[in-house]
Amino acid sequence: MIWTELDTWIVVTGALTAMACAVPGVFLLLNKQSMLGDAISHAVLPGLAIGFLVSGTRDPLPMLIGAVLAGLFTGVVSGVIERRGRVETGASLGVVFCSLFALGLILIRIAADHVDLDPGCVLYGALELAVIDSAPVPRIVWQSGAILFLNLALAAVFFKELQLAAFDPRFAKASGIPSGWIHQGLTIVTALTTVVAFESVGSILVIAMLIVPGATAMLLSRRVAGVLLWSLVVALCSAVLGHLLAISVGPAWLGWLTGHNDLGSLSSAGMMAASAGGIFFTFLAASRLVQRFLPSLQKRTL
Amino acid sequence: MSTHPLEIRSLNVAYHRKMVLWDADLCIRPGRSTAIVGPNGAGKSTLLKAALGLIPAASGEVLFYGEPLKKVRSRVAYVPQRESVDWDFPVSARDVVAMGLYKKIGWCLPVRARHKRMADEALADVGLADFAGRQISQLSGGQQQRVFLARALAQKAELHLMDEPFASVDAATEQAILTLLRRLKDQGGTVVCVHHDLDTVAEYFDDVVLLNMRVVAQGPASEVLTPDNLRKTYGARLTLLDEAVVDLSRPGAPRES
Repeated sequence: MIWTELDTWIVVTGALTAMACAVPGVFLLLNKQSMLGDAISHAVLPGLAIGFLVSGTRDPLPMLIGAVLAGLFTGVVSGVIERRGRVETGASLGVVFCSLFALGLILIRIAADHVDLDPGCVLYGALELAVIDSAPVPRIVWQSGAILFLNLALAAVFFKELQLAAFDPRFAKASGIPSGWIHQGLTIVTALTTVVAFESVGSILVIAMLIVPGATAMLLSRRVAGVLLWSLVVALCSAVLGHLLAISVGPAWLGWLTGHNDLGSLSSAGMMAASAGGIFFTFLAASRLVQRFLPSLQKRTL
Repeated sequence: MSTHPLEIRSLNVAYHRKMVLWDADLCIRPGRSTAIVGPNGAGKSTLLKAALGLIPAASGEVLFYGEPLKKVRSRVAYVPQRESVDWDFPVSARDVVAMGLYKKIGWCLPVRARHKRMADEALADVGLADFAGRQISQLSGGQQQRVFLARALAQKAELHLMDEPFASVDAATEQAILTLLRRLKDQGGTVVCVHHDLDTVAEYFDDVVLLNMRVVAQGPASEVLTPDNLRKTYGARLTLLDEAVVDLSRPGAPRES
């Protein structure tokens, strides 16, 4: 294994992106809206493509606007379908985001004829390519750092409103705190985060970064603030572990398994998501064991 | 201008194009405790929710202390049904009670030490002083209900709207709630509860509103709780009263929806 400056930037970008996703992810999870994160991360695709088609460049602003609008559209339309069609939340989201995702793929194919846009990049991200940049610090590092800062700042400023809107939206409304607007705001922030994250980890893996750190953190803390903190730690560890596995253990093991010795390295973004999953299952098993054999330890709150 | 804590005029509420409340007229008297009583599906919770603007009303007017809710929100506290939230949520009893103070604290400002003290006082008032730091899933059903009451107490409101506070609680909680209702009234407050137990209505409350999609009767418990009114409210389904049994075949009796 050889560690270069490029590896450092890959880990830094992956970690910043994962942590940026974990923040809105925790609140989606608390709202029992994990599926909304999934839906938004898929539904932003046509928004991005339309942004490309309209502006004709890979200028980030039009694609950002398109994606956020598409994300909002998903939240609103699935809500309408849920009420009017009397179907459950998951089903109405499924209807909306699958259609939008398919539409997005078609649009990207069309857009690809006009601008330099690769469907594969959109789906799986291009972490390894994105960090190759002339500047001393790659643009994508600034970008994911900025969105992490924004999300942390918003979570800190609106902490109690987000907490109340997730726990008891009716009481929030009755006491004059507009839980509906808070949920819309969360949708917007999720869409924004997804757009920034898709460039590094791809639209499909964003869902792992949104949900898995939060789900793991729920096992570790009994306070919303604690859950947030742990989710950041899990996101960071997933990024580091994921890249290490991608460049060292992964290829060797897979190479041995398949008989090929020239696998080079695996997708870092993919391994980061896989690591997040591994961390989740480790803690799940650990918490079960603690419950079983050390119930006194469980009572302590972290 | 009316000084009634809550006045509802011809409130109509529909849910999925089906009427749930017809022309509900209601007047809650100050300084008294009122029970809203009726069969399942009678629209008791709906009445409270529609009055608070939590679900849209088709038509009608709701006034709190003679004003729309927006102007007098700090004078009104709401206690939702215990089942309406997820008690596995990662917050402590103190955190939940402090939620009653969020509006007062204001946007973007954190819960500070004195707010935590206020929350602890409210918890002590419902006999949960020792449970402030517990995560809410580690409380019994009755204790959870008392946490909800403490949250309303912390709001220091004048009118309390409670949705089924006595539903499936233990004896200790029942006593704690009753003591609380008495104290709220002694302090000049008004309490409105959705209630399901006909046996205890007259004992626990001053006034009664009988509801079955329409307001059947309202007034002092002793005047309202007549066999005739109860029959009108519960129709053939009330087997508690001998008279109701005779009426089983009565046409036009409200049916289970």
